Amino acid sequence: MGLFVLRRLGVMLLTALALTFVVFYLTNLQPNLEKLARTEGSVRMTDQAVQDWIAQNGHSGSVFARYGQWLGIVPGWTYTDEKGQTRGRCFEIGQDAASAPSHCGLLQGNWGFSTFFKKPVAESLVGKLAATGWLMLAVMLVMVPSSLLLGVLSGMREGSATDRTLSTFSIASTATPEYVSGVILVALLATAATGISPILAEYGLIEPKKTLFLASATSAMDDITFWNFSLPVLTIALYGIGYIARMTRASMTEVMTQQYIRTARLKGVPFRTVVMRHALRNALIAPFTVIMLQFPWLLNGVVIVESLFNYKGFGWTLVQAASNNDIPLLLACSVVAVVVVLLTQLISDIGYVFLNPRIRLT
Amino acid sequence: MDTLTWTGTAGRVLLPALQVASIALAVALVAKLLFVLARLDGPRLPGPDGTTTARSPGDLASLAIRYSFFAALAAIFFMLVAGAVMPSPVGAGILGAMAIRFWPVWLALSVTFVVSVRFRRKLGLYGKLFDSTVGMIGFAIVMFWVFTAIFADVIITHDPFIQLSGLKNKPPGIAAPDSPYGWYLLGGDLLARDVFSRMVMGAREVLKIAPAATMFAFMVGITLGLPAGYFGGRLDAFISFLANLVLAFPVILLFYLLVTPEIRVTGIPVVLAALLFIFPIVFLTVLWNSRFHTDPMKRNRYVGVTLVLGLWAYSGLAFNMDPLGIWSMQPNMLNVFVSVVFVNSPGVFRIVRGLAMDIKTRDYVAAGQTRGESPWYIMLWEILPNARGPLIVDFCLRIGYTTILLGTLGFFGLGVSPDSPDWGSTIDDGRKLLNLFPHPALAPALALMSLVLGLNLLADGLREESLKD
Amino acid sequence: MTASDTWDPSQPILEIENLSISFFTRLHEIPAVMDFSCTVMPGEAMGLVGESGCGKSTVALAVMRELGKTGRIVSGSMKFKGRDLALMNNEELRHIRGSEIAMIYQEPMASLNPAMKVGAQLAEVPMLHSGMSKADAWALARQIVADVRLPDPDRIINAYPHQLSGGQQQRIVIAMALMAKPALLILDEPTTALDVTVEAGIVDLVKELGRKYGTSMLFISHNLGLVMDVCGRICVMYSGEAVETGSVTEVFDKMRHPYTQALFRSIPLPGADKNARPLISIPGNFPLPHERPRGCNFGPRCDYFEKGRCDETDVPMAHVPGGDRHDSRCLRWSEIDWAAPPAKREVKQKARIGEVVLKMDDLRKYYSVSGGAFGGGTKKVVKANETLSFEAREGETLAIVGESGCGKSTFAKVLMGLETATSGSIMLFDENVQSTPIQKRNTDTVSQVQMVFQNPFDTLNPSMTVGRQIIRALEVFRFGASDADRRKRMLELLDLVKLPRAFAERMPRQLSGGQKQRVGIARAFAGGAKVVVADEPVSALDVSVQAAVTDLLMDIQRENKTTLLFISHDLSIVRYLSDRVMVMYLGHVVEMGTTDQVFAPPYHPYTEALLSAVPIADTRVERKRIVLEGDIPSAMNPPPGCPFQTRCHWKSRVTPAGLCDREVPPVQMLEGGHQIKCHLSREVLATMEPVIKIAAE
Repeated sequence: MGLFVLRRLGVMLLTALALTFVVFYLTNLQPNLEKLARTEGSVRMTDQAVQDWIAQNGHSGSVFARYGQWLGIVPGWTYTDEKGQTRGRCFEIGQDAASAPSHCGLLQGNWGFSTFFKKPVAESLVGKLAATGWLMLAVMLVMVPSSLLLGVLSGMREGSATDRTLSTFSIASTATPEYVSGVILVALLATAATGISPILAEYGLIEPKKTLFLASATSAMDDITFWNFSLPVLTIALYGIGYIARMTRASMTEVMTQQYIRTARLKGVPFRTVVMRHALRNALIAPFTVIMLQFPWLLNGVVIVESLFNYKGFGWTLVQAASNNDIPLLLACSVVAVVVVLLTQLISDIGYVFLNPRIRLT
Repeated sequence: MDTLTWTGTAGRVLLPALQVASIALAVALVAKLLFVLARLDGPRLPGPDGTTTARSPGDLASLAIRYSFFAALAAIFFMLVAGAVMPSPVGAGILGAMAIRFWPVWLALSVTFVVSVRFRRKLGLYGKLFDSTVGMIGFAIVMFWVFTAIFADVIITHDPFIQLSGLKNKPPGIAAPDSPYGWYLLGGDLLARDVFSRMVMGAREVLKIAPAATMFAFMVGITLGLPAGYFGGRLDAFISFLANLVLAFPVILLFYLLVTPEIRVTGIPVVLAALLFIFPIVFLTVLWNSRFHTDPMKRNRYVGVTLVLGLWAYSGLAFNMDPLGIWSMQPNMLNVFVSVVFVNSPGVFRIVRGLAMDIKTRDYVAAGQTRGESPWYIMLWEILPNARGPLIVDFCLRIGYTTILLGTLGFFGLGVSPDSPDWGSTIDDGRKLLNLFPHPALAPALALMSLVLGLNLLADGLREESLKD
Repeated sequence: MTASDTWDPSQPILEIENLSISFFTRLHEIPAVMDFSCTVMPGEAMGLVGESGCGKSTVALAVMRELGKTGRIVSGSMKFKGRDLALMNNEELRHIRGSEIAMIYQEPMASLNPAMKVGAQLAEVPMLHSGMSKADAWALARQIVADVRLPDPDRIINAYPHQLSGGQQQRIVIAMALMAKPALLILDEPTTALDVTVEAGIVDLVKELGRKYGTSMLFISHNLGLVMDVCGRICVMYSGEAVETGSVTEVFDKMRHPYTQALFRSIPLPGADKNARPLISIPGNFPLPHERPRGCNFGPRCDYFEKGRCDETDVPMAHVPGGDRHDSRCLRWSEIDWAAPPAKREVKQKARIGEVVLKMDDLRKYYSVSGGAFGGGTKKVVKANETLSFEAREGETLAIVGESGCGKSTFAKVLMGLETATSGSIMLFDENVQSTPIQKRNTDTVSQVQMVFQNPFDTLNPSMTVGRQIIRALEVFRFGASDADRRKRMLELLDLVKLPRAFAERMPRQLSGGQKQRVGIARAFAGGAKVVVADEPVSALDVSVQAAVTDLLMDIQRENKTTLLFISHDLSIVRYLSDRVMVMYLGHVVEMGTTDQVFAPPYHPYTEALLSAVPIADTRVERKRIVLEGDIPSAMNPPPGCPFQTRCHWKSRVTPAGLCDREVPPVQMLEGGHQIKCHLSREVLATMEPVIKIAAE
């Protein structure tokens, strides 16, 4: 077991390195750097000046060396200009070059400086991550129980009316990406023009021109309430619910046709107990993996929903970083995303082994 | 001219009918749920002596659900029909007027269905689709949008790019006195363009890319997945590692990295295109060669035609260097296309690899090996045809997924021209004033949802029918 | 509450009367069982015999009222202890299932819940039916596990199913059925998935437990010999109907239905011989449920068919006087001369055995596999084949006999070139192909060594027409100059395997199992193969079809002077068709000789056990019972010394004691080239008695 985890960790580390390198490469393309030079320097720089700026700020040279610096395994760059002033990756002008550390990358805890937020990346990211953490937590709390319940109920008796109703719902919800369900939910629940809000206002249940739910989740940054948080959570959860429910259903229907279920029935076990004791554990092995592997998609949902509902979390930050050419911030976002995805994959692998005695005990 | 109502004159009768049916449906659904929870939902089994037991309350509720659902459906149907026979849009209402505009689609759909149902016993899996209700509904929805894309020029009421003054963010059914048609059926958008026409044109934008991109992804996935699954070992480990690498990226991050104006300057999309577009040529060449290597004449003919046509298209699509100028692709279109193929391929790879690993243990594969067939013949002619069922199902699902991805790209304004009518960008345009004017975003949102839903239902129907063999 | 309060023990336990069962699809009603009657008395074991699709399993499931959503009892009654099962509601059924009627299934692995401990699955039964406490139930479970003679019951009840071997799993399934001491036990092909030597143990156990608890049994099997071993009464089914029923001895010796007779003539019993007394297959095919003929279902295939009589009305069951409840569903049973010998038995010329075409010398095939479930760990070497030496001659049939894990499949793969041998040589017509993988062999070599596969449902590519698949083989073997040539040859090959030419355009799914197997044979002989490896070519087929396919194979062999390597675990068929036999166990050849040498003493102890384990459907045959302990060791972890020492009955006769544990035995050459790999001395070997004795007629 220990060896298995160790091997997985090794592959994971390799994957993380490869992925971060790809991101580093793609964010540090020459045109991106030129754009950066023009935003940091001045818009009217000559091409030569742009090239000089790039060279003098440590963005020239081999991409591997720069990647190494960013990681913190290669000494940071230094540059001494005509005036004899020295700057470098690890220190500002005026600081003593000799006393500054030679390496300052990810491994030393230096995530760089965000050009968009105008403050260190780590500092600007922590708060956003917390905000997204709450969102994810709420999504999980809504999504996992409801999807498993839906899947088990419909897979229990394949072809029944319950099954068909619930399956139709699941298919519809997997067909609705977040940017569609978000729009529909807002149109139904959170505008004064359509949906139920005008009707409620007419009956005097809410104030006129107000809406039942809020179409913006910005206020949830400070204070999460049911009215400002429901729509974003529901929007992300809906897509996942359909997907996981379908997986659970497939797994459940397959288990229900297994011979050991027939054995249990022919032992005289009541249907309810057959489902609860004999089918459920076997049927939940596959969905568990699926839930864990949903994380890359959940991150997508987070990015879309945070943009749609203007909730300033991790996803919103990623969009800002990307559209503002904020290279260190985008790199940091990628690292976070990649680590989250790989960790969930690891958990899913280990969990699969633990849930499945057939693998655990051979 | 007047503002149109949703249902026109027929709506005066049918609208209340629809309301009653909907309320009955809701009540019946709640009742059914309660009965199920209260365990009053016994199944109705005939006794061994042939008599039937009395209906349980749950059973009655199911009946009520069915009838009220059909009633609601009938009301909507008659509303559309009534609208379609009304002489002017005023009498027809918005729904009726839209139903009229879609006439080529209705015609094409009926022809397709009549012909298909008539000859379904001779049409293999496609014909069997018409045995499954779910599959038929899905197929109808998908074909609706396909025909809409084909006949879009006839269906639209206005040029999707034209802006009429005074119609900015106006609600559905608003009169447009300056235009020959006279109304904006689904209202005007942020820039006073016709939402209905843009939605119709959007179908064309989406269906231009999604199926083709999925096809390419399948070519890549199959060409890599078969050997990985068949040979296993180091080759498998290496390709699987690469595939997992791509799959571990959140798609949006990948899009933000891959679909940018900057990256187009570096030429990376062209490199990717050169890499990805070669797969169909390799696939077909190997396919013919492995099959006809015993008959060199025939082999040379097939492979030659493939290479000439393939490389011609390849030079145009990937490098924009078609000497005849027939094959070409806009740089930003190429960028989007390549990225979508790139994101989809690892998923296909995984499925194909799994199927290959399963099928390679069959005796007919061993029979092929013992008569000395080449590995590629076994992969392409013994394994692949027998994996077609799951692959066709996945193909439908994946077109839906690709549609969602394209929408995502549009939603973030990546790689599309600013006034493109594709559904993703229209949703993006509409969302800025979503809580004031929801209609410009709602129309493309519902369109996109119905297309993906149709594809999913189609896949479900196909899966069901292919399992029956 | 329970039926037993009012039930009179002299009455039948189970009384099925005129039972008809149909399956309903969207469009059709498919009758699966028609007008089926049978009675099981207390303590009686009733065998239900028939080919696949005859409805025997449907009857069993109907007794359990487990026909799925589409199956329904159309008419008739099934009285269990006097109460009609067909009229019971779900709650009543639940009380009967598991406590009064229990079932044992074909696939033990699939019948046990993989995520529950064995003990929990066993203890569930008494907890459910008699409200036993958990501790008591587990104690009972432990006791029953010991009862079914499983070693170390404490470990077993705490194990998960996958940690047990197939034989152990089946014992657990039996234990589970016995937990509530049921009055009726239904066994649905309980040993089909197991090896013969393991099967023998299970059969013994079932018989003994039946006696001990006085349980009535409904034993379903396709194997007549097995039914004779276990049951006192038998019911033969054909195409949804019971055709003959009676006591086992009567039905076996004085059968009164043409189908039963034809069945017995098509199975290889001792005394049958491929040249002198060939088997007689039943002509035609088993009718599909919706294509059943008018009148007698067996009519179209029957030798005694009388037009205008047998195809007019439904045939009722007729009582055969003189027997014990002996019935036959035949209109002409009293007119037929049952003692008359079969008419059309044609005697065939014995093929001449020619030159050596294949010679293996000291062949070894080792695999290295990584141990442990999570990868990594130490590398282990699996010795799939050890020092394999033999030669095969032109026109000869060499049978390779052994149970799972004996290395016979690996041997086939090495010979075919799908794997390369670790060491040793394979001489094929003076060419050493030991280390030549199939890709590097030239077309001639490849086309001369071909294979017939085991599973008919897997042997043809489901998405290619039959003709296309044969033509492809011809293309690869570079046969003919044009497509027309190859097409002509393909049609000839279809003629050769006695299939209509129209089959060329059919898809494999439109063919029956036997027909597919014929196509497989045609494909193997497409390139004029000289050596054909037949890997259990008939074991997945029904008995009546088996005979036809075997004979076809023999005929083609005779014509082409092919060398046939016939891999099988079925000793009856091996005895019937082979010239020489090679017995393998865990990668070793333990015995080799002519068929007569191997089937007569002296035996290798393993051969002896194997012979005794094979059930023979002949009342005249007396077998010595030798039941091997435990299961076949895993090839991953073979015992030291002699591979068979863990289960050997003769181990104590070896001097010096303990030799078997230390050393792999040498090959002893007995007279006539008979080889035995055993430490037993010649003197001890000479004392062995024949396992099978045929009582004088």
